[in-house]
Amino acid sequence: MAMNVVVCVKQIPDPAAPSSLDPGTKTLNRSGKLILDDSDSYGVEMALQLAGNVEGSEVTLVSMAPGGEVSGLRTALAMGAARAILVSDDSLAGSDALSTAKVLAAAIRRAEPDLVIAATESTDGYTGTLPVQVAELLGLPSVTFAKSVATDGRNLKVERQTEAGYDEVECPLPAVVTVTAGVVEPRYPSFKGIMAAKSKPVETLTVSDLGLDASQVGWAGARQEITDVSEAEARSAGEVVVDEGDGAERIVAFLEQVKVV
Amino acid sequence: MAIDKVWVLAEAGDTPAPITLELLTEARQVASTVEAVSWGTGTATQAPTLGEYGATKVYDVGDLGGALPGAPVAGAIAALVQAGEGPDALLVPATYDGRDVAGRLSARLDRPVLTNVVGLTAEGGLATQHAVFGGTHIVTARFVGEGPGIYVVRAKSFAAEPAGGPAPEVVTAGVPDLGATGEARITARHEEERSGPKLDEAAVVVSGGRGLGSAENYALIEELAKLLHGAAGASRAIVDAGWVPYSHQVGQTGKTVKPTVYLACGISGATQHLVGMKGAKNIVAVNKDQDAPIFSVADLGIVGDVHKVLPALIEALKARG
Repeated sequence: MAMNVVVCVKQIPDPAAPSSLDPGTKTLNRSGKLILDDSDSYGVEMALQLAGNVEGSEVTLVSMAPGGEVSGLRTALAMGAARAILVSDDSLAGSDALSTAKVLAAAIRRAEPDLVIAATESTDGYTGTLPVQVAELLGLPSVTFAKSVATDGRNLKVERQTEAGYDEVECPLPAVVTVTAGVVEPRYPSFKGIMAAKSKPVETLTVSDLGLDASQVGWAGARQEITDVSEAEARSAGEVVVDEGDGAERIVAFLEQVKVV
Repeated sequence: MAIDKVWVLAEAGDTPAPITLELLTEARQVASTVEAVSWGTGTATQAPTLGEYGATKVYDVGDLGGALPGAPVAGAIAALVQAGEGPDALLVPATYDGRDVAGRLSARLDRPVLTNVVGLTAEGGLATQHAVFGGTHIVTARFVGEGPGIYVVRAKSFAAEPAGGPAPEVVTAGVPDLGATGEARITARHEEERSGPKLDEAAVVVSGGRGLGSAENYALIEELAKLLHGAAGASRAIVDAGWVPYSHQVGQTGKTVKPTVYLACGISGATQHLVGMKGAKNIVAVNKDQDAPIFSVADLGIVGDVHKVLPALIEALKARG
């Protein structure tokens, strides 16, 4: 049975660049160029593999980002996703995770998904609750922390990470799955893929397009606030020495000193 | 000014998880009444210990018949809240199941969640502390609007201390109709064999990063961990690369560890990693790049090649017997 596979992707500031907080709003500064969150490349790859196994299936990306940002979406389209839905609206700035989940759930609903895939958490905000909030809002079951995912288009079989090992979990579609990093090897976009991505459809929506009230999202709808940002107590650096063949010996001596050996 | 009533979500099991006791201990500091919610077949068995750490009542959602806990446990809590029995705040452990419960409950009750909490203060309502930018800065946040507030707390944020309370009353909490949301079921459970202590409970943690060069070299980390009766951890880079499973990851998007000694091997010390380990009592780092940020938090830093230092260290420890 052909599937509509939706992947939630986040476009984030480059984690390699120094991050900063906006002094006014005390939230993460996202004004620079945004890229595809590395964590999401695993979800995109998983979606492409699963869709590839069931004929006629298609992968749709759903993202929310300021300023009509599409550079991260283009990366995922170049990997092989068919199309993207982007929600971009000035009123979304300052949205908390639940408001974001409401926006994404409304956008995902338009894609009539059989399977929704997301990363366990984003690299920049790492709240880690959004996919399950989306599942609850859509009235769908969810399986989080998947190490492996298989589906025949009707049911889902997942190996889910646990504290002790893993569980085998089964669930009927439609459903929401979150994948941990490293579970698949994300493909590099080919030149052909990059060229093709330029003409793939990206539908850009506003909050009102989704039938949502602007007072429920962004700063207006946020029900949590940051009251203070302060520097943490710094950990003082100790002794740093260049190994002259005595590195191991020095470590043993240190371990003895702290009574670990 | 303390708040009135706090609930702690207690992980299922015959004995309480360490984080459950940490959360109960902290709950006593911020609230006058502390109660717990748990599920599974072991609730009555762990209840006396929950009482010892301050819970005066335990809501038992009971055996879930193989369902994944997120939806049914959140459903049961939401029903209690809607019936007016709810708390002012719910402390949830940042575990696999805890995060599921928090997310479901948030959407069900239409209340936001504050996650990655590492500190709580009760001054005119609860304020939370969160470590950002590799733990160099602390952000303080709070909820505005109607409660109950849902707080997902990271492990090792608080030290667990018993208060000597009596065995609590255990009451059954019913699960409402969940529709499709409750349809994910566990069909088999697998426990991974682990010879040493758990990563987040070990006194010694030996972690490897990209500097190891290849997945095969992670065996050095495992051998060292074993020799030191510790646990083997990893940086996000090598988990992303598929060298080791996510369960080994130490850092912002992994586990928080606070061992007596943390040995970082071939790890540069990205902020992502530092936030998960800089609470260690002692930090030893081996890295060939002397400008690696990991050295800024290390008590002993060895600028050297892990491929030389680690085998020599293994030999030296073996020679000691």
